[in-house]
Amino acid sequence: MTIHLSIVLFLPLATGVLGALLPRGLARWSVLAGTVAVLAYTVAMLLDFESGGGLQWVTDDEWIPELGIRYQLGVDGLNLFLIALTAVSWVPCTLVAAFRHQDRPKLFFFWLALGETAVLGAFMAQDLALFIVFFDLMLVPFYFMIGGWGSGDRVRATTKFVIYTLAGSLLMLAGAIALGVLATPPGGEISFSLSELQQRAVSEGTQQWIVLLFALAFFVKAPLFPLHGWVPETYRSSPIATIALLSAVLSKVGVYGFLRIVLPIMPEGSQHWQELFIILAVFSILYGSILAFSQDNVRLVVAYSSIAQLGFIVLGIFAFDDKGAQGAVLQMVNHGIVVVALFLIISVVAARADGSESLAELGGMAFRAPVLATLFLIVTLATLAMPGSANFIGEILILFGAFEDKFVYGVVASVGVVLAAVYMIRVFQRVMHNRQGPAVESREIDGVHLAAIAPLVAVIIALGLYPHYVVDRTQNATTASIEGARSVGQEVAAR
Amino acid sequence: MMAPFAEVQAPVIDYEALSPLMATLGGSIVVLMAGLLRGRFVQTVLVPLLTVVSLLTAIGLVIWVWEPGDTVPIIEGAVDVDTLALGVSILFYAAGLVCVGLSLRADAPREAGWGEYYALLLGSITGMVVLAQSSNLITLFVGLELLSIPLYVLCATELRRRTSLESGLKYLVIGSVGSATLLYGLALIYGATGTVSFRGIATALAGDELSVSDPLLLTGIALTLTGLAFKASVAPFHQWTPDVYQGAPTPITTFMAVATKAAAFAIFLRLLESALPLAQLQWGPALAALATVTIIVGNVGAIPQRSLKRLLAWSSVAQAGYLLAGVVVGSRLGLQATVFYLAVYLIMNVTAFAVVVARERVSEHGDDITSIANLGQISPWLAAAMTIAMLSLAGFPATAGFIGKFYLIDAAVAGDYAWLGILIVVGSVISMAYYLRVVATMWMGRVELELPSVPRRRVKPVSGWSPEADLRAQPEVAAIALAFAVLTILFGLWPDPLFDAAREMGTSISALR
Repeated sequence: MTIHLSIVLFLPLATGVLGALLPRGLARWSVLAGTVAVLAYTVAMLLDFESGGGLQWVTDDEWIPELGIRYQLGVDGLNLFLIALTAVSWVPCTLVAAFRHQDRPKLFFFWLALGETAVLGAFMAQDLALFIVFFDLMLVPFYFMIGGWGSGDRVRATTKFVIYTLAGSLLMLAGAIALGVLATPPGGEISFSLSELQQRAVSEGTQQWIVLLFALAFFVKAPLFPLHGWVPETYRSSPIATIALLSAVLSKVGVYGFLRIVLPIMPEGSQHWQELFIILAVFSILYGSILAFSQDNVRLVVAYSSIAQLGFIVLGIFAFDDKGAQGAVLQMVNHGIVVVALFLIISVVAARADGSESLAELGGMAFRAPVLATLFLIVTLATLAMPGSANFIGEILILFGAFEDKFVYGVVASVGVVLAAVYMIRVFQRVMHNRQGPAVESREIDGVHLAAIAPLVAVIIALGLYPHYVVDRTQNATTASIEGARSVGQEVAAR
Repeated sequence: MMAPFAEVQAPVIDYEALSPLMATLGGSIVVLMAGLLRGRFVQTVLVPLLTVVSLLTAIGLVIWVWEPGDTVPIIEGAVDVDTLALGVSILFYAAGLVCVGLSLRADAPREAGWGEYYALLLGSITGMVVLAQSSNLITLFVGLELLSIPLYVLCATELRRRTSLESGLKYLVIGSVGSATLLYGLALIYGATGTVSFRGIATALAGDELSVSDPLLLTGIALTLTGLAFKASVAPFHQWTPDVYQGAPTPITTFMAVATKAAAFAIFLRLLESALPLAQLQWGPALAALATVTIIVGNVGAIPQRSLKRLLAWSSVAQAGYLLAGVVVGSRLGLQATVFYLAVYLIMNVTAFAVVVARERVSEHGDDITSIANLGQISPWLAAAMTIAMLSLAGFPATAGFIGKFYLIDAAVAGDYAWLGILIVVGSVISMAYYLRVVATMWMGRVELELPSVPRRRVKPVSGWSPEADLRAQPEVAAIALAFAVLTILFGLWPDPLFDAAREMGTSISALR
């Protein structure tokens, strides 16, 4: 029983509230200090973490006894690096936002801080109902940030985003309550604690429909084909810090939910839908890659490439194989960091082209900006999973996992790796080389953005050099997570 | 022959248990009398003050007589003062207090007469208490009429506004149809069972002579439920709701929306679960069907609304559908979830209506949605309160509405109505479309269409109220909005007090599983 996780969890919110009480100019620094403190705390946690030690720094308290909801937090290999990803992503995004002119800054930074608390909460929660509380709470700050500080038809975009996401997550809420109620043995107390639910059994038929409700929520969030309808408008209209976080971190909460909740608690149900989910994943890989190739707006290239990447991650999870799940977790971290860096670079590039994010109007950016070009190149190569990058390791692990049992899907998914090279190289060339665009002014990256992007690139390189740092620490947890579903799968195969 | 007086036995009356009822009944008379005195002080200060005193006394007395567990009906089985009745009474009193606060600077009491206005309000509250306590069919009907008749008048108290009069008349006509249907149903139930007492009916159903599928009884139940559905604005008997809510003076709308709903659901619970629990298999599916229709109709109907009052009216229809889910299952958990949600429903609706009241007095757009455009910049606190109310109504976490819906779905699934739980969720998703529109209008008003910022009006109210009164001139409205917004968040994070109350109210009907 420790209080550490609660401190990390509520620190951003506290600084957000503090910022709202301080004079106008100070809100941003308060929140920035909060995100940096969270990062420091997370680094300390990484160093202190015992690989294979199960749940650590557990906090377990009553919250709403009447409904069986507990305030239960904990960290193990599954969420350790996702928490780290959250902490790492929030700092540069807050930094960039802090140096930008912001309308109503107190409110904006309050939402930014609340967003971090909600995401951290979703990753740390060890109680299903608590997870859902944070999962839904994430929407509120992002709804306001997109709607209040976005561009273009932002109200429409943010409404669509929220309705899509909530349609999924409220159905998940119904599914979760049903799971809690139906799993309660006669005369027993209702409980949503994940460890408790794992002990209790629910019939296979019930598992099937509940898994479907959960999958709906997670696939919308990810997003996966065909539930990605909110993506183009939201990506186009969001402020850059918001969309970077949305794409890098929020999308991971959904797929993380599969590993944390769906597979361990409802193995039979997961097994039942395995084929369908893999097909959706493979479809997303192809669909995302092809659309990424045909986009003109740089943001949308990243948006569709994310759909493809998330497809890979889901493929890895539902291969029900050690390597696949390993790769999925590694890839979640990789993709998150790469995407934050990509979006920040996009914002730098757009600032040099009169705000334009259209590939047709960009070009020749590299002339007088070698540092910017180098950073962009590294991020591009990492995104397209160049051998030597952690993304390469992640995708290879996922494909190995898929080849093991689902050979055909593995082969089809491999095409996605090739396509990624095509669309990312295309973006890099069009932006950095080619003929200089009409409004483009080639300028070196400024200090603030350098300070935001360079550490991310350093993390990308470090992960590429030593991916085992992640793999070693996550191995036990991921294996345990898919164990149930895998053994069910083997039973089915044996029959 | 002279009948000897000694043989007439007056029923034993438990005055202690009846004291809250008498507080508002007596208060109503005192207020009416005080209103006869002339003088501005008496009218604008003393009369509302007496009303508040009467309501606070009633709340105090409720706490005094609060006793969990099954109680025996008093006054020859006419009323049953148990925790269910007392608990919802607190909601009526709270709604009454809010209504007094919102009415202080309203047009309605000035035009209709201060004494009459507040006396009618207290009268209606008394009717609600009688209805919630009733334990036989006669008291039920008396309570319902005592509740309704003052409300018909109150709806029409803005005498100079035609829509107010229209609203009162419409409510009268439709309410009377509802009452007539109800009365017919009660008569048939009496005909089938031969008794008017709820306990007697339950005993008759348990006996061999009467089957639960007796056509006379079923028709009676159906007609009674229809009559009550009018009051609770359950679809398809909800058509009056938007018109009446919009036309009535907004403080009265607030009161109607929260208190009438609570009263109607209290009697739903009591009638169905203490008199007709054995017929649950008959009325359960029928009510579930009504809930389905109500949730869909209410949420879809709210989407195209421009007027905030109409929007909240449709939303209240949808919320009635959610509440029905707790009644349908006929379990103790269902009852607790229903009363819990009634309390939550009161809190979040009061917040929303208080903001509407504050804005419609200042803005030239009345209750149109444009009256709150860019409210986030004009008065951020009001906008924050409205946002919390909307998010809570929509069921976002960290608000009381989330816990309330959670509890209802819990009860629905546990009562083998899992599909109804999913339907609640589907309804919530649809409801995002209009709740979020309100939020977006306040915070995300488009830059290109930015309305000219409303200049701060600093005109001091001349005679208690003036159309130019700004927020500072009506601090009580802003205070109500903010206080209830804080409660919405508070009960979203720490709902234990409400759960405790709900659990004690759940003990009142011992027959429940």
